[in-house]
Amino acid sequence: MKNKRLDLSYSQMKWETIFKRILVIMSAILLIIVVGILITLIMQSMPSIKSLGFGYLWGKVWDPVQNIYGAYPFLIGTLLTSFIALILSIPFSYAIAIYLGEYNPKGWLSNLLKNTIELIAAVPSIIYGFWGLFVLVPIVRSFEAKIGVAPYGIGIFTASLILSVMIIPYAASLGTSLIRMVPSPLKEGAYALGATRFEVIRSVILPYTRSGLFAGVLLSLGRALGETMAVTMLIGNTSAVPHSIFAPGNTMASVIANEFTEADHTVYLSALIELGLVLFFVTVVINLIGKRIITKYANN
Amino acid sequence: MEHTVVSASKFNAWFGDNHVVKDVSIKIEKNQVIAVMGPSGCGKTTFLRCINRMHELIPGATAKGSLKLYADEIYTMNPIYVRYKIGMVFQRPNPFPNLSIYDNVVAGYKLNGLKVAKAEMDNIVEKSLTSAALWNEVKDSLHKKGTFLSGGQQQRLCIARAIAMEPEVILFDEPTSALDPISTSSVEQLFHELKANYTLIIVTHNMQQAARVSDKTAFFYLGELVEFDETKQMFTAPKDNRTQNYITGRFS
Amino acid sequence: MDARIGIRNTKSVLFKGLIIFLAFIITIPLIIILLYIIKQGVLQVNWHFLTNVPAPVGETGGGISNALVGSLIIVTMSSIIAIPVGILAGIYLSENPHTKLAYYSGLCVDILQGVPSIVVGIVVYFWVVKPLGTFSAISGSIALAIMMLPIVIRSTEQTLKLLPDTLKEAALSLGVPYHRVILKVIIPCGFAGILSGIMLSVARIAGETAPLLFTAFGNPYLSTAITKPMQSLPLLIFNYATSPYDDWHNLAWGASFILLMFVLLLNIFTKLITRKWNIQL
Repeated sequence: MKNKRLDLSYSQMKWETIFKRILVIMSAILLIIVVGILITLIMQSMPSIKSLGFGYLWGKVWDPVQNIYGAYPFLIGTLLTSFIALILSIPFSYAIAIYLGEYNPKGWLSNLLKNTIELIAAVPSIIYGFWGLFVLVPIVRSFEAKIGVAPYGIGIFTASLILSVMIIPYAASLGTSLIRMVPSPLKEGAYALGATRFEVIRSVILPYTRSGLFAGVLLSLGRALGETMAVTMLIGNTSAVPHSIFAPGNTMASVIANEFTEADHTVYLSALIELGLVLFFVTVVINLIGKRIITKYANN
Repeated sequence: MEHTVVSASKFNAWFGDNHVVKDVSIKIEKNQVIAVMGPSGCGKTTFLRCINRMHELIPGATAKGSLKLYADEIYTMNPIYVRYKIGMVFQRPNPFPNLSIYDNVVAGYKLNGLKVAKAEMDNIVEKSLTSAALWNEVKDSLHKKGTFLSGGQQQRLCIARAIAMEPEVILFDEPTSALDPISTSSVEQLFHELKANYTLIIVTHNMQQAARVSDKTAFFYLGELVEFDETKQMFTAPKDNRTQNYITGRFS
Repeated sequence: MDARIGIRNTKSVLFKGLIIFLAFIITIPLIIILLYIIKQGVLQVNWHFLTNVPAPVGETGGGISNALVGSLIIVTMSSIIAIPVGILAGIYLSENPHTKLAYYSGLCVDILQGVPSIVVGIVVYFWVVKPLGTFSAISGSIALAIMMLPIVIRSTEQTLKLLPDTLKEAALSLGVPYHRVILKVIIPCGFAGILSGIMLSVARIAGETAPLLFTAFGNPYLSTAITKPMQSLPLLIFNYATSPYDDWHNLAWGASFILLMFVLLLNIFTKLITRKWNIQL
């Protein structure tokens, strides 16, 4: 038995080394994937970058038939939908965060709300889009008719509406955790001076969590920028600069979704991929900044 | 001299640049209970962990010098084989929560893939649990998970687990500091019975425990082995001033 | 003085009311959407619906069997790719938190978590679809696997970091080699957390459409060939919902119902598991 154990110990050591090496390789795969994504996007955008230069970003006309490519309509479309969605969703996200973080952190009602918010995040975006197409669009259409605007139904406004619902969970759940982290002594000091609940929230909790809540906004924004399917179905697939928020348009993600498989020549395809490259950079930067702010906040 | 089971000669250990064990030389004989005591940070636990090569698992930890199991240098042996021969019991009882009591006792075999016939395994379980004075309390719940056991029982389960591997030496790292007095005395009772078959090296913070259970005591201070002597001698007439100061409570 | 305090108190109560109103009103859209999907979709689902492919334009009837089978195959393949890589990478990150590789690898996990799904689709198109010369289920699975990775890795890493060090020490002191300590002690003890991470990532990708648009592409027929285009539930919903045909809309409602139920049940099931196992741990 003694010799068997000695032999075993040597073969175990060999497997130990192999296993540790596998762990390293698996982690390195992540680096390879991210670098690979970056390289592929850059390489495939090259034809467009070379022939169109950077004026592409300000070009207001996107006409594949005539081989004219300008990304401006999509930058506007993306910014409009994302920011309108943000503005619409922030009050609700913050209200949820304040309720779950401060007024009612425990209990069945709190759990119910928390689970509901998580369900909102779990519903696939295609389903939001499908519902939006058949329920929200007619409503918006009649609303637009009432206020005297061209009643498309689809358009920037409708896409922003559905997007605002979809991004609520991100700022809400982050905000909840941040508000729960506010140290009790800080709050108690304010109460001891006779502050009301509202005043404690306004003058202690909100300032304390300000940077973290901002990070939550950034993360919601990052999510909104990259959202594709619901927006694609509701925005109207029009590659022109939208003249009002009720007009149809396109975002960077939606035009890629709509036209990628139809792009028949190199510069066309490459122009679409360049949009993907811009989208990649912007969302990555926003997400990393947001995460960095949160880590700094948590470490304090 | 064939009775010397663990011996160290000018043995040193570091955490990075921090020199925590300095030129320790000691000869430990078979079938004895050795207590290792000293104030916090004196290097006693580090030295203990070098014996079964657990020290090197911490990043930046190094060791130099001679440390032998019988005639073999521990640091040239296969570390896995060293740990088969030298078992360890820790400060907080740590039975595996996902394994039954039975599987916990033979964890050293099962986790290592050491093939043992069922009948022999049953035998090992009974023998180890008996030696750990736990057999009667658990023999009807061998296949339950050990979460219902008290702290003292869990620690005895860990002792059974170490014994099951049939080691030469069992190391104890403050084995009763997390236990209540009754559990503590049941474990101390075990030391007395175990030394017939094993050599026990026990790091302890508790001077009274060292005086109660051990044949010889080693006193560590600031990384050095200050004194190593028969326990009775150490506690009545220590040879070194520092030992005297520690025993009389001048510092702890 | 009293009047001022009274006003401040009133403000506080009003504020609380506002917060509660805003917080709970948001549940209304969710409930409306869920009920609508259920209403439209539950009637579509019957045995015929589940076992037939979509009928051509103009014919009624038909079903979504190609999408069901396709989703099953694609999601399973994604899981086979992403789960081992994700768990092993998560193990590395939790065991070696201070190495350079851990820092950059962790950074990449954060980056991947934020990459829009359509961008992943583009990239995998060039990595797999172009070289193979055809859209394929396997390319879709690779794209979805890339999206699963961050979730599996982070949940594995966080679960393992919560396990006490004494567990590893106990096993190591018995002479158990490192790989067996991880595989036979650490992972089984962290099983609940790792499993919930896996289930959440599956629920996430089961509903993803964008990465499949240019990889799996879709298929009107039932196919099990992984190197050929394959249909999936989200793709079917997208294509048929945006078509002008009522019959196809009905198919899309039925498919939406099934997809929604699957995703919701998986999420609820995950919550139950974490609650149950956490109590025991």
